[in-house]
Amino acid sequence: MAEKLLDAQDVSVEFKIAGEYQKALHKVNLSINHGEVLALVGESGSGKSTFAMSVMGLHNPDQTKVTGSIKLNGNELIGLTERQFDQYRGVSVGMIFQDPLSSLNPLMKIGDQIAEAMTVHDKHTQQVSNRVLGLLDDVGIVDAKRVAQQYPHALSGGMRQRVMIAIALANEPDLIIADEPTTALDVTIQAQILDLIKEIQQKKNAGILLITHDLGVVAEMADTVAVMYAGQIVEKAGVEELFNHPKHPYTRSLLRADPSDVKPGETLYAIPGTVPALKDMDHNKDLFLQRVPWLDESVVNANVKDELQQVGDHHYVRGTAWQNFEFNDVTEGENQV
Amino acid sequence: MWRTILRRVLIMIPQLFLVSILIFMLAQLMPGDPFYGNLNPNSDPATIARMRHAAGLDQPLYQQYIHWIDRVFHGDLGTSYAVNKGWTVTRIIASRLWPTISMGIIAAILTYVFAISEALLSARHENKTIDRILMVWNTITSAVPSFVFYFLMMILFVYLIPIFPASGTGIDDSQSFTTSFFSNLRYAFLPAFTIALFSTNSIFQYLRSNLLDQQAQDYVRTARAKGVTIKDVFRKHILRNAFLPIASGIGYSITGVLGGAMFAETIFGYPGIGALFVQALTSRDYTVITAVMLLQGFLALLGGLLSDVISAWVDPRIRVK
Repeated sequence: MAEKLLDAQDVSVEFKIAGEYQKALHKVNLSINHGEVLALVGESGSGKSTFAMSVMGLHNPDQTKVTGSIKLNGNELIGLTERQFDQYRGVSVGMIFQDPLSSLNPLMKIGDQIAEAMTVHDKHTQQVSNRVLGLLDDVGIVDAKRVAQQYPHALSGGMRQRVMIAIALANEPDLIIADEPTTALDVTIQAQILDLIKEIQQKKNAGILLITHDLGVVAEMADTVAVMYAGQIVEKAGVEELFNHPKHPYTRSLLRADPSDVKPGETLYAIPGTVPALKDMDHNKDLFLQRVPWLDESVVNANVKDELQQVGDHHYVRGTAWQNFEFNDVTEGENQV
Repeated sequence: MWRTILRRVLIMIPQLFLVSILIFMLAQLMPGDPFYGNLNPNSDPATIARMRHAAGLDQPLYQQYIHWIDRVFHGDLGTSYAVNKGWTVTRIIASRLWPTISMGIIAAILTYVFAISEALLSARHENKTIDRILMVWNTITSAVPSFVFYFLMMILFVYLIPIFPASGTGIDDSQSFTTSFFSNLRYAFLPAFTIALFSTNSIFQYLRSNLLDQQAQDYVRTARAKGVTIKDVFRKHILRNAFLPIASGIGYSITGVLGGAMFAETIFGYPGIGALFVQALTSRDYTVITAVMLLQGFLALLGGLLSDVISAWVDPRIRVK
């Protein structure tokens, strides 16, 4: 098989908090092939964006320790100097962020912000302004010439996100990281932006790392899904396999808490508790089990290996707790928000 | 843009009237009157009454105000009772204006130069020694009254190391303009430099925290994700965003220059508008006091206007079509 586009092995990230390093990501293994869309799913605080930032090399080097290996097209990224990283950011990998308003410089014209993505890597780029207009065209902005002269505040949320996508695409990267690209947008705009990302991905055969907590987005976009909890991958599978045969208790809880299946009048399932604080994460255990109140303590506190076990075709799960896991719906209380 | 400016100018008219009424009332509230202390204690009451009548001081307040504002409109700010007895106020102010402007401009420029350099240095080395030193320095200069530093500088550079003149403006009307101009600079420099050195605090604090805030903004991350180096992100993105709020204060700084510096001018014996105001206050020279206050009120309003225009000019979000 051809070389993987992105290959992350045993990626751990530690943040220096109050003088001590605390682990936010523990031995994450993920890979993306050319043209593949990998969705990284999990609730807030599970480490999705931390992983994305490691791929971009955008952690503050003074306060972060990244270990393991991240290879992009076979080139190791961990250990690169700032200068080396600068040369591949925006070229081999483009990133789309969550909030398109705050992610654009309020004092810079749209056209200039897109142009910068190109000129920063090649000062002698020819016909920059034409290429800017072309990019704006590509992302579905009708009045490209006028929009290029405008400032971010004059655009709608959807338009701004289109601009962000244009910036990410400026140098035709092989990998696009989309960090919750639709979370800050109106529901009506979300579908348009997703369609756009999908269309571009297929046209350019780019790989996408899609970070989201919206399972609807996952179902529409992803080829493969990785579920992350407390800085660890707990389950990995093809999108259909994962939706049809979820194994890990966390995956099953997430799917159960998806509001799109709830009929009017029905109580929405909510996972009790929250992701533990970094200092409370013991990565030798399956940390999600702490949030399942009906489980036996011996199960919750059992040591679990880092490696995932294969349970099906391209389907991997962490630990064994899933084998005997059932929702405890005897008491009404568990279901309440 | 022009409509915004026009609207702002029109708003200034009622504001100016309000300011003038306020100033007039405040002047009235001061104890005593222009004759207080200037008269022979043995003058008979009839003489005093006659003089008060001649000056219009026995009329009802509103009439005095109308009379006064009418004359102000015709460019007549009255005659000084005490500071330069017999001179018209316009003439006094005119004679004080140039020293105030020359010193004020130097002071304003130096203040920004000092404050901006300090803030850039501080923000770049956040929490390092140099940052701490600058923070302490700016805390001291804002805590200690400025005149204390003025005396210290006076002692240092006029008495101990006498490289600057002790008082005066250096302006000599009998000399050519250029000679007078450069001679004035020598007199203006020490007070201007001193004011600037010790008044960086607010700009420094504001700019420093802006710089640090802006570094954490999302658009900085976007720029980094494009591959822009940290240095260029700072130069091309952060700086302009961080300076934006400072720009709106520049309007006030420009007009504030003309209002004079009361403490500095008095202590350095530099007779500008500020020193004039102090003299007028202590000798209860009503016409001069009201005139200077009117000038300063007008300048404050003009400063607000300038600041709005500058903000609209540098910030596309405020621009009105």
